Amino acid sequence: MSAQPGDIELQVDGRTVRVTSGATLLDACRAAAIDTPTFCWAENLTPVNVCRICVVELAGARTLVPACSRKAEAGMQVLTDSARVRTSRKLVLELLGSSVDMSLASDFAPLCKRYGAQPERFGPRDTPSDHRDASHAGHHELGNADKAASMAQSVKIDNDLFVRDYSRCMLCYKCVEACGSDAQHTFAIGVAGRGFDARISTELDTPLSDSACVFCGNCVGACPTGALMFKSEHDLRAAGEWDESKQSVTDTICPYCGVGCTLTLRVQANRIVRVTSPSDNSVTAGHLCVKGRFGTAFVADRAPDSGTGQPPT
Amino acid sequence: MDLRPIPVDPSDEERRAVDSVLGAPPADRAQPAPETARVLRTQLLPTLLALQNRVGWVSPGGLGYACSRLGLPPAEGYAVASFYALISLGERERSFAHVCDDIACQVAGAPALCAQLERELGPAFQPSHRAEPGQARPPSKAHWGHSPCLGLCEQAPAALVTSARTDGPRAQAFGSASCASIWRALAGDEIQPRPVHLDSSGPRRLLARAGRIDPTSIDAYLAQGGFAALRRAFEIGAEGVQREITASKLVGRGGAAFPTGRKWEAVARAAAEPHFVVCNADESEPGTFKDRVLLEADPFAVLEAMVVAGFATKAGRGYLYLRGEYPRAAAHLELALVKARERGYLGRNILDRGFDFDIELRRGAGAYICGEETALFASIEGYRGEPRTKPPFPVESGLFGKPTAVNNVETLVAALDIVRDGAAAYAAVGTAGSPGTKLFCVSGNIARPGVYEVPFGTKLRALLGLAGGIPGGRKLQAILLGGAAGSFVGANQLDLELSFEGARQASATLGSGVVFVLDDSVELAPLLQRIAAFFRDESCGQCVPCRVGTVRQEELLGRLTRGISLGSFEQEGNLFAELSQAMRDASICGLGQTASSAIESALKLFQPFSRKTP
Ligand SMILES: Cc1cc2nc3c(=O)[nH]c(=O)nc-3n(C[C@H](O)[C@H](O)[C@H](O)COP(=O)(O)O)c2cc1C
Ligand code: SF4
Ligand code: SF4
Ligand code: SF4
Ligand code: FES
Ligand code: FES
Repeated sequence: MSAQPGDIELQVDGRTVRVTSGATLLDACRAAAIDTPTFCWAENLTPVNVCRICVVELAGARTLVPACSRKAEAGMQVLTDSARVRTSRKLVLELLGSSVDMSLASDFAPLCKRYGAQPERFGPRDTPSDHRDASHAGHHELGNADKAASMAQSVKIDNDLFVRDYSRCMLCYKCVEACGSDAQHTFAIGVAGRGFDARISTELDTPLSDSACVFCGNCVGACPTGALMFKSEHDLRAAGEWDESKQSVTDTICPYCGVGCTLTLRVQANRIVRVTSPSDNSVTAGHLCVKGRFGTAFVADRAPDSGTGQPPT
Repeated sequence: MDLRPIPVDPSDEERRAVDSVLGAPPADRAQPAPETARVLRTQLLPTLLALQNRVGWVSPGGLGYACSRLGLPPAEGYAVASFYALISLGERERSFAHVCDDIACQVAGAPALCAQLERELGPAFQPSHRAEPGQARPPSKAHWGHSPCLGLCEQAPAALVTSARTDGPRAQAFGSASCASIWRALAGDEIQPRPVHLDSSGPRRLLARAGRIDPTSIDAYLAQGGFAALRRAFEIGAEGVQREITASKLVGRGGAAFPTGRKWEAVARAAAEPHFVVCNADESEPGTFKDRVLLEADPFAVLEAMVVAGFATKAGRGYLYLRGEYPRAAAHLELALVKARERGYLGRNILDRGFDFDIELRRGAGAYICGEETALFASIEGYRGEPRTKPPFPVESGLFGKPTAVNNVETLVAALDIVRDGAAAYAAVGTAGSPGTKLFCVSGNIARPGVYEVPFGTKLRALLGLAGGIPGGRKLQAILLGGAAGSFVGANQLDLELSFEGARQASATLGSGVVFVLDDSVELAPLLQRIAAFFRDESCGQCVPCRVGTVRQEELLGRLTRGISLGSFEQEGNLFAELSQAMRDASICGLGQTASSAIESALKLFQPFSRKTP
């Protein structure tokens, strides 16, 4: 029998919700207009369900279940705001906040407020270390234990197009998926190491320019925390000049080839500082190639003269 | 997909190591086609291990050559290689001692042994390091490093010495380790193994042959009724086997206690083809060594049981995933595989019954998490040992996405008796809820540490008595039941009945059969700290609650031990309570879900940390 629309009925927070077969609990929560946080889920990527911020309580299950990937089944009874759910979500926020610089993840601060998360409860975040990339799996040494071990490390700047600031990496796997079988099929990066030493890496931490990377920037587009960032944005931020109030955002079509990808241009002081594509766009599904993503510098060179406002001749 | 190879040539030795697994390279040096590459991927870990075992480390040149032979992006090869503790991505001494400092060894003097090694052999291997981008880790001159439990807890302290050699590696694991014996092993001397102490109360089923017959002789096995269960299985048919197993109420001995009959029936029924059988011999739970004993001392029984399972579940192929730290078990199994094939107990048309089944032995590479069934599949397939989400369950989508019956070594061996003698005979001992017998790994402060087979329902007190009680006139302080993922019980709980329902009643678990005994001289705080370190080291790192939670748990215990608490003692207690709840509730797999259970039980039962706040 083929699946009919609305053929699954379940209870979410006591309300009856209908979803189509194949839908997830996240879909069900959304159908019931229940705001459910996600970090590692994205509509254009295969769910990896690793961040666990979306967990919900499912009657009969021993543990909580990830809403983003658990398929809805008829008769399920789901709670999205029980004490157990709130505790786990709070702790996920605290564990992330105590180990990762989440300041550029837009929904992080509001979520901390919503769940009463205080990452400082686990102590001050530890100072940067650049030993992560060569750490050996398994045995490790516990430092003084008075600081919370963290991802803090130096920013990797090895090309002119984008930087990798893994102090901000929450290991959501999105960049790996975007680079791999979900979009780009380049497989330039993977998750290396194990446990808390896990990190996003090229082989042997080779600079991107020596790796298989083709600089499509799809990883940058997927990154939710600002760990992967346009060099232009990084430089402006480093100079203290990044100012979203002075930015405009415009959708246009990529000028390069006949595919016609939608580009979303973010412009500050007449310079394109970030290029993305809407993840629900039917042409791109959010993914671009190197030309559309980074090949727009020439526009700035032809930008209007800041004095006269007239295009250069 | 355009592969960009690592721009370093392999040495001749590295080429030979890789070719020893993959065969000589094709003459045209073409990269494998994508379809072949998918099939080849499952050879990744064996190839990396060949490099490690023959060259002593996986160099950029070796990794690059392995990846191009396998048609694999180097970033993916690196992602997998860097996952395993037994694989070194920096140059290391060819002979290297892995010295256990885990719970049983800690209590048996490992800290003193390690201090002595520091003085006489030099500093231990440094896990944390800095390397230049694109370069290997800097070379290490260390002769030894720390290791988690080596499954030799009854002879603690234990060591595993590996020697990389071009002509095939050597490895020896031994107990009662001393500076002298480790030194001799590093120099190439053979250390005589000490036989494990085996005993039983009631019928000896699982240990019927172990220690009594030559484990390298198939004739000895046959003389003791070997392969009778397989013949019986052919008589009663696949459905008959399923019926007996289900009727016997056999449940898994790997820790999760899932009904084996239901698992086998589900796989047999599954529509997708082919079906697989996997024997989980990754035994890495600290304090566990029962599977090692079966694998070393009764390898044919494990193979026979896998054939029976394959017949019952309509599988044509089995994988035996053996932890990398068990060299003797590997040698005995390899020999047993050859002999079983020679005699027609494996391969095509087994015993002329038209049933084809063969077994491939796979070695782990130092990762406790690969004992989790879905991580184990990922490891065999050539991916990082990261557990997968359930559902779908392995019976439906397991190894290579196919219906898979995965069972612990002891579960499989128990199934032999059930098939041969029937479920009713099996239930002649044990309790109504837990029929039959169970192996327990007794170690710590006990007169005769070893593996004990007792009927379910035996009192904990009786088991300790069988093992000779606590030596030296000491008093019992605590018992860790079920392993690092289990829980502590106190001296007032000796009437606990060793059965699944008895353990549940006492809010404990039998887990993997660990009974780790501590007398009143043992300090609990460092032991708890070691348990916390174990989970931090062994977390795969996939999910936030476990990847960061195990670190925070270890830091919290570190603060309590050092008296540098962040708030009041009560605040730290609340922090721990919330942390352990979130880890239990929100982690993907059993590792994170149970990472705080032993510590939680110890905090509840004893006062391992002083209450004063600095
Ligand atoms: C972290 C972790 C480690 C595990 N390690 C092992 C192991 O070493 N051996 C084992 O048999 N089962 C282990 N298990 C349990 C397996 O996932 C699985 O339940 C078992 O192999 C099924 O076999 P059984 O039903 O015969 O017990 C482990 C589970 C977890 C969560
Ligand atoms: S820029 Fe493109 S090719 Fe390079 S790492 Fe990111 S996703 Fe992969
Ligand atoms: S770099 Fe960004 S996208 Fe990649 S894992 Fe880290 S947070 Fe996720
Ligand atoms: S619970 Fe731990 S070991 Fe299991 S998937 Fe999560 S991080 Fe990995
Ligand atoms: S959003 Fe569901 S686990 Fe990350
Ligand atoms: S061998 Fe050392 S604890 Fe098991």
